[in-house]
Amino acid sequence: MQANWRPSATIEVLKQRGALVALIRHFFSCRGVLEVDTPVLMPTTATDVYIDSFRVQGSPLFLQTSPEFALKRLLAAGSGAIYQMGKVFRRDAPSKRHNPEFTLLEWYRPGFGLEQLMDEVEALVVEVFAEAAHLAPAGTALASVERLSYRELFQHHLGIDPHRASDADIARLSAEKIDLAAEALSRTDHLQLLLSHCIEPKLPRACFIVDYPVAQAALARIEIDATGEPVARRFELFVDGMELANGYFELQDAAEQRRRFEADIAERAARGHDAVPLDEDLLAALDHGLPECSGVALGVDRLLMAALKQPTLTSLLTF
Amino acid sequence: MATFSTSEFKGGLKVLIDGEPCSILENEVVKPGKGQAFNRVKLRNLKNGRVWERTYKSGESVEGADVLETDMQYLYTDGEFWHFMKTDDSFEQIAADEAAITDAKIWLKEEDIYTVVLWNEAPISVTPQNFVELEVVDTDPGLKGDTAQGGTKPATLSSGAVVKVPLFVTIGDVLRVDTRTSEYQNRVTK
Repeated sequence: MQANWRPSATIEVLKQRGALVALIRHFFSCRGVLEVDTPVLMPTTATDVYIDSFRVQGSPLFLQTSPEFALKRLLAAGSGAIYQMGKVFRRDAPSKRHNPEFTLLEWYRPGFGLEQLMDEVEALVVEVFAEAAHLAPAGTALASVERLSYRELFQHHLGIDPHRASDADIARLSAEKIDLAAEALSRTDHLQLLLSHCIEPKLPRACFIVDYPVAQAALARIEIDATGEPVARRFELFVDGMELANGYFELQDAAEQRRRFEADIAERAARGHDAVPLDEDLLAALDHGLPECSGVALGVDRLLMAALKQPTLTSLLTF
Repeated sequence: MATFSTSEFKGGLKVLIDGEPCSILENEVVKPGKGQAFNRVKLRNLKNGRVWERTYKSGESVEGADVLETDMQYLYTDGEFWHFMKTDDSFEQIAADEAAITDAKIWLKEEDIYTVVLWNEAPISVTPQNFVELEVVDTDPGLKGDTAQGGTKPATLSSGAVVKVPLFVTIGDVLRVDTRTSEYQNRVTK
């Protein structure tokens, strides 16, 4: 067999990538956000039912799927605004848009609401796209990022209220729109399928989707929206129909966080997924007091893939 | 037959869907950051050519289909079946029915080679080579048209196909034609 020693990315793309990564660091430095570097190996990991961690053989440590828990402990210890840009690891099948290890940019802003954080994400993305357009012939600048609510997207494209429609109506709509060979799907599964199959292709070039159903709150706070509906104060950023970032108005309540972790752990056990321990250190930090803040995690490889108009994630990676 | 998990899905894999042999054209993983992973699979039904998309929960399996693509030589038709012979010197023959030869019917020429898809050893589709050479059996006489304008006229080939040809083509010419687009390429004789 012939050895394939050459990098996946061209040297030209690696130079562009290097310049854009430097721009991102400069962006945060100008705004007084401190860069930190938390451990990649930790004794606890994400409890999310659909995120699987790599466990280091012969040790109690996990490769981190995101620096979230460590960053929140720093926030509780009084770090102020912080960011980390580094490798994270998830046991996902590789595809055009997935790689088991990727570069995640995650940052937290004490005192910021979700709107303010979206303003900052938008400013960063617009800067990155402008510089990418300057660096790469195929790149095109981005003027702005629209904000659309989860509810208005479902109402506009599918004529259904994602918060109030019955489980049966949502399942029926999903079966009608999608040739689906899968059983025992939850309401959330159906909503996510409708979003990815029927709504994502119709999204504007760049937009935030905001105010998710409560069942998809994860680590976001739940608040009552203008119509009296409880919604998860969470946003996702989509560019070219691809999910780039996920942000929360962060949950501060340790007891509520413990309930959500325990529910995840029980659900993981019911589905036969790998068991993960509860992060008591994070809960103790929340108990001590997480400042009111918003935080976001952004996939850097995907952002640069979109900005540099590269066809696959692999074309941004060295090997 | 083996089964294939969604993680083994890739273009070209032959699978049995609703009892019909299909080929996977594309396989895309849909994985929301915080949700169940699915595989969006573009499939082609190998019997009728229908292309559509079906979504599987990642981790599920489908049955493989015993599908073989092979080159065979066209011999003749008895009106009900179209007979082909293997090119491996076995002289083994198979008979394809009307449904299997639908796409190739207007391009058939005795002794030419065709790609035959066999499912459980029975032919389900026949595809001509991308380029075939066929004789013109009918077309209007060579009109003195303005060839600079790229004028064309219809011509009927020996296999039954009708293609647009330049005005200088006459009956008896042998033409090279792209079977995928039915486009005239060039004249091979005269």
